[in-house]
Order: sequence, then C-alpha cells, then structure tokens
Amino acid sequence: MTIDEIQKEIVDEFSGFEDWMDKYAYLIEIGNELASIDPKYKIESNIIRGCQSRVWLHQDFIDGKIIFEAESDALIVKGLVALLLRIYSGRSPKEILASEPRFIDEIGLRQHLSPTRSNGLLAMVKQMKLYAIAYEKIAERK
Amino acid sequence: MSLDILNIRRQFPILDQNINGKPLIYFDNAATAQRPIQVIEKMDEFSLRTNANIHRATHSLANKTTEAFESARETVRNYINAKEVAEVIFTHGTTESINLVAFSFGEAFIHPGDEVVVTEMEHHANIVPWQMMCQRRGAILKAIPFADNGELRTDLFDSIVTDKTKILAIAHVSNTLGTVNPLATIISKAHARNIPVLIDGAQGVPHYKIDIQALDCDFYAFSGHKIYGPTGIGVLYGKRQWLDLLPPFLGGGEMIDRVTLSKTTYNQLPYKFEAGTPNYVGAIGLASAIEFVHHFDRQELATYENLLLTEATLKLKQIEGLKIYGEAPYKAGVISFNIEGIHPFDLGTLLDQLGIAVRTGRLCADPVMDHFGVENMVRASFSFYNTIEEIETFYKALIRLKTMF
Repeated sequence: MTIDEIQKEIVDEFSGFEDWMDKYAYLIEIGNELASIDPKYKIESNIIRGCQSRVWLHQDFIDGKIIFEAESDALIVKGLVALLLRIYSGRSPKEILASEPRFIDEIGLRQHLSPTRSNGLLAMVKQMKLYAIAYEKIAERK
Repeated sequence: MSLDILNIRRQFPILDQNINGKPLIYFDNAATAQRPIQVIEKMDEFSLRTNANIHRATHSLANKTTEAFESARETVRNYINAKEVAEVIFTHGTTESINLVAFSFGEAFIHPGDEVVVTEMEHHANIVPWQMMCQRRGAILKAIPFADNGELRTDLFDSIVTDKTKILAIAHVSNTLGTVNPLATIISKAHARNIPVLIDGAQGVPHYKIDIQALDCDFYAFSGHKIYGPTGIGVLYGKRQWLDLLPPFLGGGEMIDRVTLSKTTYNQLPYKFEAGTPNYVGAIGLASAIEFVHHFDRQELATYENLLLTEATLKLKQIEGLKIYGEAPYKAGVISFNIEGIHPFDLGTLLDQLGIAVRTGRLCADPVMDHFGVENMVRASFSFYNTIEEIETFYKALIRLKTMF
C-alpha cells in the first residue's frame, strides 16, 4: 500500500467515531498498544523535547528504507506517533518526502500538529523528513 | 456574603461562551486573567477618541493622553500605597521589571564573588535574569529550598544568606505551589543584614491588596494582565533610595535629559527607566482594572477565592492516585497536581474537550519540577469569577476522564 492509501485507511477507521471521547479513547488504545522503543534508544540525541510532552525518535536505514521507532510519554501523543509510524516507517526517503500527514487534519486532530502545541509531534514529523532528505542526499552521491 | 458572583461574571463577556460544545470553565487565571468590559471599553474609547504620544507635544490630544497616563501612575501609586509616583515605573510586565533590577543593580552593586539569593520555587522570570547577571558580573546565584509541602525553608535562611549576599529575590505567591511566602519575616531578616529584597508579585497582586510602605520591600514587580488588565503593561515599584542609585536599563527617548553625540544625561525618576514610547493605552487599561478591583471589598474577594481553593482541594483529595504539589498552610490561587498514570498533556487535552481550561506543562518553574522529580504538572487556578459549581464540574470531569486510562 502507498502512504496515501494507508492515510485513507486511517481516516476511514476514525470516521466511525461520532463522539470525541471515542476518538480519543481509540487514540489512547493505539498509544497503549505501541511497543515502547528499546531503552537504549531513549537517549538525548533522540529526544524531541516539547514543553508539553516528550517524543523519542530512532531510525535505521535498511535496504533503502527508513525504519522508524518512536514513543511519547503522553498517551494521546503516543497514539498519534503510532499512526505516523504506520504511514512513514519502512518507506523510502522519496516516499516520505512526497507525502504530508494529511490524515491528522482529516480525523479532526489538526490542533495537535500545530507548532504552538509544543507536544513534539510537529518536530517529530520535521525530523523524519530531515532524515529522509539526508538519506536521499547520501544516495545521490553514490 | 454580599458578593454577587453572577453579576461579576456578567462583567466578563468572554466567560459566556462554549468550548467544544460545553460552557467554558476558565481555570487558567494564574497564566492570565480575563478583562472586565469596563477595561476593554476604556482602552477602546481611548484609542477611538484621545490617542496621542505622551510627554512629547503641547497639542490637546497629547495633553489629554499624558494626563491620563500620569493619572494611571497615580492610581497605581495609591493602590499599592507607594510614597511617591517617582517610585512607580511602568514596564511591559513582571519579567521586564525583574530584568531591569537584575541588570541595573548588577551594574551598580555586584562584583565578582558577590552572591544573589532567590528561592527554589521561583518562576523562571525571577531566576534567569539573576543568573544572566551573575554570569556577567562573576557573582554566585544561590537558592533557598522549599519543603515538600511547599513551604519555604526559612530555617535555612541564615546558612544560605551570607555577608556576601547583595540582594534577595522572592515570590509573593508561588505560581506552582500556591505558597504565600512570609514576606514580613524574610524582609526583616534581610534588612537586618542590609540586604535589599525584590518581590515577584505577579501572583500576589491578583489576590492581595499590597501596602508597599508597610511591607517595606525594596522592589516589587507585577503584571497588568494578571490583575484583570491588559497584556504588555506591568509595574516596577522601587524605593527612591535604590532607583536613584541604579543606572538605566534601556536607553532611548524619554529617559534622557540632554543628549549630545559625546555624552548624555538622564531624566529624573520615573522616566529614567521608561525608555521609548510606553504602552500608555495599557497603563490606562491597568488603572481601569485597578479601579474595577478596588470597587470590591478586598477581604470578601479573598475569602471567596479561599473558599474556591479549599473546595477544589477537598474534592481533588478525594480522587485516588491524585497528588497535589504544594499544601502549605497559607496558599492562594493555584492547585497543581498529577494523577498517577495519566500524563498532564492527555488530561489537559481531554479537559479541553469538556470546556475546561487548565494549564499543563512545566509551569515556567523547572526547579519545582525537579524538586518533585516530575516532567510536568496540571494546574488549575481560580479567580473570583469562578464558581463552586465549576469546581464540582471539574471534579466530575476528572473522575470521568480517569476511566479512559
């Protein structure tokens, strides 16, 4: 599936929720289900520190794809992190750079991705894209 | 009691709205308070009819504005019972006021090896300016710790304050713990050693009527927007004996007497510390806010606010897994807490869905977070326009939201 196809899948999953409480409960459930990242990756250089919550992002580059692992100490953020990993992890740098996480807006949670939120999410997306740019550059040089 | 809370609330139109389909419950007053309609109207009316720059022209609009600005200064002087208007400096807020003193006092009086004492419970605005100055001047910053219940460790005063201490800076009321510090005791101990005291009054002034002469502090800083006035305006009170000795902080127009390209002499107080065009509309708004608050019996307001805080504390203590940070015998305004297993961000986000506005995060007080070993907290802070019913709704919301985790 392409990134955009997965985004559509996510939007469909959320469209069933009328009630904000159900939406957030689902997000919390996904957040709970996301495995914690290996403690050895919870290091200073992997932390994206927001004032409201912390996000850790780790990546490996294997066979032309970036594998992301991430976590947050806030569950709602962790749920959104899980969804972002679903669309971005295991993708090529080109795919990552070609797509925007539109689904967040479409499921009505755009406010969580705003820079004023300082929950680390927007910074995490930016960081993922920066990794993609870096790996693309490296590939071009070879 | 004769406080008509419903009528008071009507003075604050912003309170009458729905957030996410629920009536707004504004519990973030320690961050900023709301403005009553008379303050908004005063400022608008001013901008519509009277606006001109102050102290700079002889035309009618300028005269009117200057008069209104200086009259606002007198309103502040009277409200805090300062001796003279020259001791009332308009700034852009508490943070700027403290930066002013830290910088200028540093220039005048701080030498390598000197000490500056703050406390562990301070807001960053009452830590960072001192740190910056100490770094510049080769001085040492020390802090009086607080006990786990939020009370200041005044018993450690004598071991932390030494003959190298040149100034002490302390909050009137803690923005995280709610602790009302024993200012009279601290000031008297400091003065016995000839140490001047600056009070960060940002959280004090909204809850207490200050008598600056009775307090006898050397500097007192506060912000307009926390006492129902606009943002962008604040006050630094300073005793004349100090202000006369301190060099200016910001340079520019207004604070000068005479400028040549080789030398400049400075204006008298308070203008020496008011460079540039001041936020005169803000000053007028602040005066209007003071008049608004002054209109009530301050003791009645304090009693009511205390009732809200007590009720909230009682209710929160009933919630299993909830820990309150700061339970000093004398508290005002705020209740900071965490619920075990629930991240403040998650709680704050969900409370917002229910129309309830609280603060979450590190509350601009990293040392307080470090003291308790937490990353962040939730803080509810009350004003006299909040109600017992709102607290009941808040309590029920917390119970309900707990079940989601």
